[in-house]
Order: sequence, then structure tokens, then C-alpha cells
Amino acid sequence: MSEHHLHTPLTKEDVLKLKAGDVVFLSGTIYSARDKAHALIRREGCPISLEGAALYHCGPLIQKAQVLSAGPTTSGRMARYTEEMLALGVRAIIGKGGLPAEPFFNRAVYLAYPGGCGAAAARQLRVLGVHLEELGMAESLWVFEATEFGPMIVAVDSQKRDLYREVRGSEKNRKTD
Amino acid sequence: MRDMVVEATVRALTRAETTLPNWVLRRIEEAAARENRPLARHHLLFMLENVLIAGEDRLPLCQDTGLPIFHVQIGRDLKLNFSLAEAVAEGVKIATKKIPLRPNAVHPQTRKNSGDNTGPGMPDIIMDYVNGQVLRISVFPKGAGSENMSLVGMLNPADDPFDFIVKNVAERAANACPPLFLGIGIGGSFDMSARMAKHALLNMDGRPEDREEQDLLDRINALGIGPMGLGGDTTALGLRIEKASCHTASLPVAINFQCWANRKATEVIL
Repeated sequence: MSEHHLHTPLTKEDVLKLKAGDVVFLSGTIYSARDKAHALIRREGCPISLEGAALYHCGPLIQKAQVLSAGPTTSGRMARYTEEMLALGVRAIIGKGGLPAEPFFNRAVYLAYPGGCGAAAARQLRVLGVHLEELGMAESLWVFEATEFGPMIVAVDSQKRDLYREVRGSEKNRKTD
Repeated sequence: MRDMVVEATVRALTRAETTLPNWVLRRIEEAAARENRPLARHHLLFMLENVLIAGEDRLPLCQDTGLPIFHVQIGRDLKLNFSLAEAVAEGVKIATKKIPLRPNAVHPQTRKNSGDNTGPGMPDIIMDYVNGQVLRISVFPKGAGSENMSLVGMLNPADDPFDFIVKNVAERAANACPPLFLGIGIGGSFDMSARMAKHALLNMDGRPEDREEQDLLDRINALGIGPMGLGGDTTALGLRIEKASCHTASLPVAINFQCWANRKATEVIL
């Protein structure tokens, strides 16, 4: 388990060296998107380039362009969009609860930010801009500048290791012990 | 009196969103001291740090400020000459702007957001009648991450309800921001079991689990799911069971998941 301090945009080399269980702190631009933004991007395309991007599954609480609370939302609801977001060049998806590992193979990682820790996350984020604002505060595509955003755990790496699946697997082993 | 209800609603929401009850913090601290896996312990300590930051900055500790669920204890001798539901709703609208809260309440199909956390059926107010002249208002902001994992099972009376609970917690916990608090309803009818499960969470106040609850809690912690589903000894921090008689052909079992941020605050008006 090693610790990495990375900066966006992320390259393929950046993410290939990350192993499941590693700790990551991320600085630079990150984008938030959740249910509605993903659906809209599927229908109408993405208003911005996501080449090398870190995409954060988050519906932040924001007032007057100040981030007040911005922890992760459950990624599972966006699982149906993973392939197309990674095809747009996204190198890291950030959220909680995990995503199936297959689409990440050899090109991207899934990073878990501690759920419920919105106040701590807010201190690490600054609003740079917003797209799709018509979707409302929680559902807009926010552009943040992150400073040492973390700690995040590499929960799904680019080599098909998936910590959530490993934990569920060990639970089944314990049952049959 | 109406103004007191509105103000108490705002005060309760402010406290609930920016702090955690002491007994909840204590259970997280105790779990961090017991936890054997370093990654899991770090998560628990980061959660406690997050609560401190929320208190310092007077900000919601989680961006999912939840749906406004209220538990009202009202005295049988009390007469109100105004709509309690309207007064509480007014408090929710004020608190949404003042704290502020994220507007979460949407129409179930059009998904249009009301912008103020109220709407048809919202806030949800669960009433309990008690003796005397009493009016106590508790708010229990309920985030979607944990609520989405909740379920009702209409079991065969030959099934073991605890096996059903352990199996579903094992499958669903990672998405519900563990370590969890679990409200369990066993018996009654389809909807009664769900209400009992919610009620079990509303009435969780740090009292020790009874023998049956503790045995189930131990089984769940033995799963090894851990904080945020990434492995560890701490999968659930509290569990309460409510029961009711059920039909001889039925066995309804409801599980209401609650994330580690078990937010609740009570204001005593009378």
C-alpha cells in the first residue's frame, strides 16, 4: 500500500501504476456529475472535454459559488454509463460503493472517497465554474479546483482488482468456514 | 405556539445537520479503538474529523442533507389550533435557506425539484401519542444512500428472519456508507414492518442492544465488510428490533439502513 499525490489531467501511465489499496490525494481540476448529468451527456453529448479527467460522483451543497459540503454519492446508480464516460477520456472515477471492474481494465481507476465526509471534502475544493446548471444544484456538472483531495482509496485498479468484490468474497469464505 | 414550532424546527434541523448525537460519536470512537485493520481505522478517524470540521465551520457534515423526516411526540391533553404539519413545513423551508440545506425533494416522475425540501407528503411526520401536555419534535434527516438500500421481505414463516437480514446486509452494506445503524421491523403487515423499522431507528438512543439484537449485530460485524465496504471489523454500530403480531401465514421483515452519520436532534416545546 503506497501513497500517491497526483495532478490532473491524468495520463494512462499515472493510473496504470495505481494498485488496489493504494491511497491517493488529487490536485487540479475535477468535475462532478451524477444521475441527470450522465443521462444528458448520453442524449446530447458532453459540453466539455473529459480527456484525462477525474470525474466525481457528487451532488454538492453550494451557496454563492462556495462549496459548503461535497462528499461522494453512490456510484452504482451511474454504473450504466461507465463505458461511455471512460471512452470520453476519463481516467479516474471518484465516488463511493464501487463500480464493476471490467470497463476500467488497462485505462482507468475507481477511487473511493470516504462517504458522508462532505464538510472535510468542502475544504479541499473550490468552484471554478458550472455546466448544465439547469439541472439544479445537486445535478449540475460542477468544475472544481481540488487541493490534495483525499484520502481516496484505489478501490478498483486498472488490472481488474476490485476491493469491494474481494471483501464480499472473503465474507463468503468466512460463512463456509 | 405556532411560531415556537416553526423556530424549533429550524433549530432542530440546524443541530441535526451540523453535529451528531453524543452516543453516535461515542460508538464511532469505540469502534476506532477496537478496529484491527489500519485502513478501516483511518476511515473511522476521518469520519470523526469530518464531524469536527462541520461543527467548526457550522456546515452540514454531509452534502446529502436528506429528506425531512420528523418524529413528533404529542400529549393527549394538548390541543393545537393550527396545522402542525404546515408549521413544520414552514420551518423546513426557512432552514433550507438559512443553514443552508441542499434542495432534495423532487416529484417522483418529472423529477422537478421544489427547491425548498417540501412537497406533497414532505416533510414526513411520524406521530406518537404520549400522556399529558407534551410536544417534542425530533428531526431525522434521511440521506438517500442508506435509504435506497432498505427493503421489505415477505418471508415464508418457515424462513429465518435473521438469515434474511444478514444476507441482505452483506449484499447492500457497501452502498449505504457503513458502519451502519440498522432499524429492523419483524412481523405486522407489509407496510407496518417498514414503519417499525423506521421507528426502531428513530428510537435508537444509545441504550445497549438486548441479547437478540447484540447477537444479530455480532453476526453482521463478523461479515468483515468494514467502513465504506473496504474491509474491517466494523460493519454496523447499532441495531434495534421492533416487533408486532402478524398473520399466521406471513412473516414480513423490514430493514431500514442508516449510514454512520446517524443524524437526529430533538426540541422540547412542551
